[in-house]
This record gives sequence, C-alpha cells and structure tokens, in this order.
Amino acid sequence: MRLRGLVVPVVSFAVLAVVVAVLPSFVSEFRAQQFAYVAIYLIAIIGLNVLTGYTGQISLGHGAFMAVGGYTSAILMADHGVKDIWTIPLAGLVAGAAGYLFGIPALRLSGLYLALATFAIAVSMPAVIKRFEGFTGGGTGINLFGIPELTASLTPVSVLGKELSFNDWLYYLSWSIALVGYVIAWLLLRGRTGLALRAVRDSETAAQSSGVSLARYKTLAFGVSAAYAGVAGSLFAIATTYVNPDTFPVALSILLLVGVVVGGLGSLAGLVAGAVFIYFLPTWSQAVSKSPGAPSVVSGALLIALMFVLPMGVAGLVERFRLLTRRVYHRSGS
Amino acid sequence: MADFVQQVVAGLASGSIYASLALALVLIHRATGVINFAQGEMATLSTYIAWTLTTNHGWNYWPAFAFTLAVSFLGGAAIHQTVIRPNEKGSLLRVVIVTIGLLILINGLVTLIWGGEVRAVPSPFPSGTTEIAGVAITTQDIGTILVVVATVVVLWLMFQYTKIGLAMRAAAVNPAEARLVGVRVTWMLSLGWGLAAVLGAIAGMLAAPSVFLDPNLMAAILIYAFAAAVLGGIDSPVGAVVGGLTLGVGLNLIGAYVDFVGADLRLPVALLVILVVLLVRPAGIFGREEVRRV
Repeated sequence: MRLRGLVVPVVSFAVLAVVVAVLPSFVSEFRAQQFAYVAIYLIAIIGLNVLTGYTGQISLGHGAFMAVGGYTSAILMADHGVKDIWTIPLAGLVAGAAGYLFGIPALRLSGLYLALATFAIAVSMPAVIKRFEGFTGGGTGINLFGIPELTASLTPVSVLGKELSFNDWLYYLSWSIALVGYVIAWLLLRGRTGLALRAVRDSETAAQSSGVSLARYKTLAFGVSAAYAGVAGSLFAIATTYVNPDTFPVALSILLLVGVVVGGLGSLAGLVAGAVFIYFLPTWSQAVSKSPGAPSVVSGALLIALMFVLPMGVAGLVERFRLLTRRVYHRSGS
Repeated sequence: MADFVQQVVAGLASGSIYASLALALVLIHRATGVINFAQGEMATLSTYIAWTLTTNHGWNYWPAFAFTLAVSFLGGAAIHQTVIRPNEKGSLLRVVIVTIGLLILINGLVTLIWGGEVRAVPSPFPSGTTEIAGVAITTQDIGTILVVVATVVVLWLMFQYTKIGLAMRAAAVNPAEARLVGVRVTWMLSLGWGLAAVLGAIAGMLAAPSVFLDPNLMAAILIYAFAAAVLGGIDSPVGAVVGGLTLGVGLNLIGAYVDFVGADLRLPVALLVILVVLLVRPAGIFGREEVRRV
C-alpha cells in the first residue's frame, strides 16, 4: 500500500525531469532563458508553499527574502570575488537565517497580522536597500554583467563535454536546483515534519495539545521557506546579471503568493503550473491588450475568479478529476 | 520652537490622512473580520475619478468631491456584495486572497485607464499660509485636518445616535442575534464596506495635492494606515484616529530631527511600530484582548 502511494509521485517527477532535460533541444535559446525564470519562480513558490500552504502562515513578503538572497550573491560576487554557483547556497543560508529570525517574533502573530507584518516588510525593503548605500550600491544597484565570477556570461562554458551558452547554462542550473528543491520539499513534507506542519495549519490548539511545538515548527517553516526564497533570489540576480532596489518590488511578493494559490495551496504537484502562470502571464495578456496595466487586471481578476471556482488551485482540479475517474473505475469494476 | 510647532501641525495633517484610511480598515475589520489589502487601491481609484471630473470635465472641486464619495460608497458596497460575501464562508486565507486580487486588479485598471504618469493635482484650499499665534501654517494642512475631523464627527454621530448606526454595530458584534431581531446583516456589512470606501476616498483626495497622483499613490499611506490601526487597536475606531495622528506627528518629528532616519527610512519605522505593538500589546492601545473559545 505504501509503495503504491509512491508510484504516482515518482513517475510524474521522472516525467517532469525528462521533459526538463530534453526541452532545450527543441526550443530557442530565448525560450530557454524564459524557462529558466520559470524554474526560479518555482523554487520560490515551493518555499512559500511550505509556509503558506502547509503551515497556514500567510506571507506577503517573500520578495524581501528573495532580495536578501539576491543581494547576498551580488555582493559576494562583485566585492569578494566568489564564483556565482558558490554564492547560491550561501544566499540560501543567509536568507534562511533571516527567515528563521523573523519567524521568532512572527510566532506571536497569527493570520491577518502576519500577512500585514510581512506585507510591511515587502513594502519597506526597497527603502532599506537604498539607505545602506555603501553596502548595497543604493539606487544604482550592483552590476554583475561581464564580471569573471559570473559563469558563461561572456564565453560559453563547457559542462560534461557540452558547450553551453549563458542562457542554456542558466536553464540547466536553475532547473537542476528547482528539481532538487522539489525533492527536498517532498521528503520534508511527507514525513512526521509535514504532518506536524499541517497540524499547525489546521488547528494550532489541537496541534499543541498533541505535543507539536508551535514555536519549533513555525520558525522551521519560516526558515526553510525563506531559504528557498534566498536561493531563488540568488538565481534571479545571476539571471538578470544586475540587482537594484526595484529588482524585488512588492509586486513580486504578491506574484509569488498568486503563484502558490494558482498552483494549489498545500500541494506540490500544481506548483509548476503556478510558476508557468506567473512568468508567462504578462506575455499572454499582451495578446489581449498592450497597455501596461493589462497583466495586473488579468491576474487580479483571475485570482478572484479562482477563489470562486477553484479555491484549491490547479492541484485541486487534478485531485477532483482523479476522484472522478476513480469513482468511474470502481463502478465499472464492481 | 516655531519650527517644532510647524512640524507638529504638518504631522497632524498627514496623520489625519492616515487616520482616515486606518478608520476604513477598522470599519471593515469590524464588519467582515478581514484586513482589506485593497483599501489603498480603492482610494486611488476614487482619487482618479475626482481628478478626471475636475481636470477633464471642468467640474468644480467640491461637487466632484461629493460625486466621488457617492460613487465610492456604491463601489465599496458592490465589492462586498459581489466578491467578498460569497467567499466569506471559506477560510480566512480565501478572503485575504480576494482582497489581494482586488489590489492587483484595481491597480492594473487605474494604469490601464489613466496611464502610469505622475500628475499634479490642484489643491481645493487656497495656497499660502495662515498665521496662528506666531506660527505660519499652510492652509492645505488646516483644510485637511478640518475635513477629516468633520468626517469623523459625522461618522461618530451616525454610529451613536441613529438607528442604522446601531444596526451596523449590532451586525458587526453579533451577527446571529442581530439577524434574530430583524437586522439585515449582509446589507449592514455592505454599508460598512461602502463607508470604508468613502473614508478611503477622502484620504486619497486629501493626500493627492501634496504627494502627486500616480497609480501607486496609496501604497505607502496604506502601510502607515495599517501601522496606525494596529497601534490604536484594529477593532477600535477611536484607536484608529488617535493612532493615525500619533503616527503622523511621530513620523514627521523623527523624519525632521533624527538624521539617520530622514525621509527615506520612515516606512521601515512604521513597520517597526507594527512589529513592536504586535509583540508588546497585540490588542493595541484601545483594543480589547480577544478571548477565543476552543
């Protein structure tokens, strides 16, 4: 029984991994770059889903943790000569530590108040970055383009005997990290930890009286999800080869939450759809209208509509379909 | 000394704008139990409507002001009836996401209709300053404070002395029993949303002349209003007003006299206020501790 439960996730993951591996052979380098960004968003929303979907803590400030990761990488590369790929785990650690520390006061905040406090963090982050100019480059930001620490930015890099341009390199790098992150999240969430986190989400009082330490699991969820955001922010800085205070605006934080909701709260399977959605939405809505406000109108309306028809996101749709087919299957079988 | 008093009055003026928006947040929190993240964008939309009427259609300021308030009222009530009410039964997260959806939608709508340019908005009050006890105070500041004070007084009279105000309070405090005595609870809640939209519109229209009008007009003001509402107690209308004024004066003084903070770090200071209040006294200055039955 336990083994049978593993078949679907393992097979679907393998399919995803194969699609990811062969895709660059079929699409242009420009598309590869776009899909690299999808992977970056995916990493961030996997992390956000651990916090919001599984633990029930709404965060409207994950863009700020991405900023922490992005700036950690940029500063390490530009000022300390650290090679880009080594800055990625460091960015995850720094952002994870920041998230863990923020998780401690956040223990006292529940529901709406947490949403509010994290929202305020996202709004004030650009101002803080601008203020500490000596460290962050202020409003001008930090330029990474063409520096030797950035792999493949000027000359192709050869990996396993294959010559990769910057965009292809970026694609493989971010998707490898995304897939590893996906597996780590899956392993974390399917065991006792995941059970404890879901218990915290469903009823704090009940979880506490069953011996689940709220403090431990909430701060853990904050730390883990901020670490994911930090890794995503680091990759984002590498991909754009440039960071400034507007690289990580409030809109990004909101977009990440949209991605999680579209993908399905408390589910990992739908998140790829969520990441594709938030990355390609601006492109798609250009087809409807060229005005700069159009993407927001479409995504806002869609988000509201989704709460009406599909509060569980794409994953909920898949689940519903699965239940339906199972019912049909059982009926024909009996 | 004169400089100090000027800073205080300027702080009171911006504080009354925060108070107005904070009051809107409190009204909705009392009525629906959620924090309306779209409150700032709703106010921005109202401000654009007033701006179009006066600049493009040649209306005088005060008729446009009144017309905008009426439109905002209907809009707020309509938002509650169409998108908030059907989602209230679900989890808290669902309603919060709907208000965030509204935030994105309205922000996009404003950009779509009016474009992203920054526009100057004429002030309804005569320019220049008035001398009071040797201190020069801008007429804009005095007018702003007076309009907000008048609004708060009218609201207070309505809630305290009219039947509809009583029904609204009853619907917010105990919907089930209010329904039993014949209060149409959902309509009262819609009324609350409408009034909140009116308060937001007032805040937006008063803020626009001094900070210029663009689609993100209210983003920072919304954070200040959040801080004010949390400071005063998210369920206390009096608290929202006191919190707004305190925050306005406090931020203005800190910005003027503490060099490290200056004009740039005022938002993070407001964030700090939110965090400290929530940690030290989560109910705010005037709020009551919530006791939850398990």
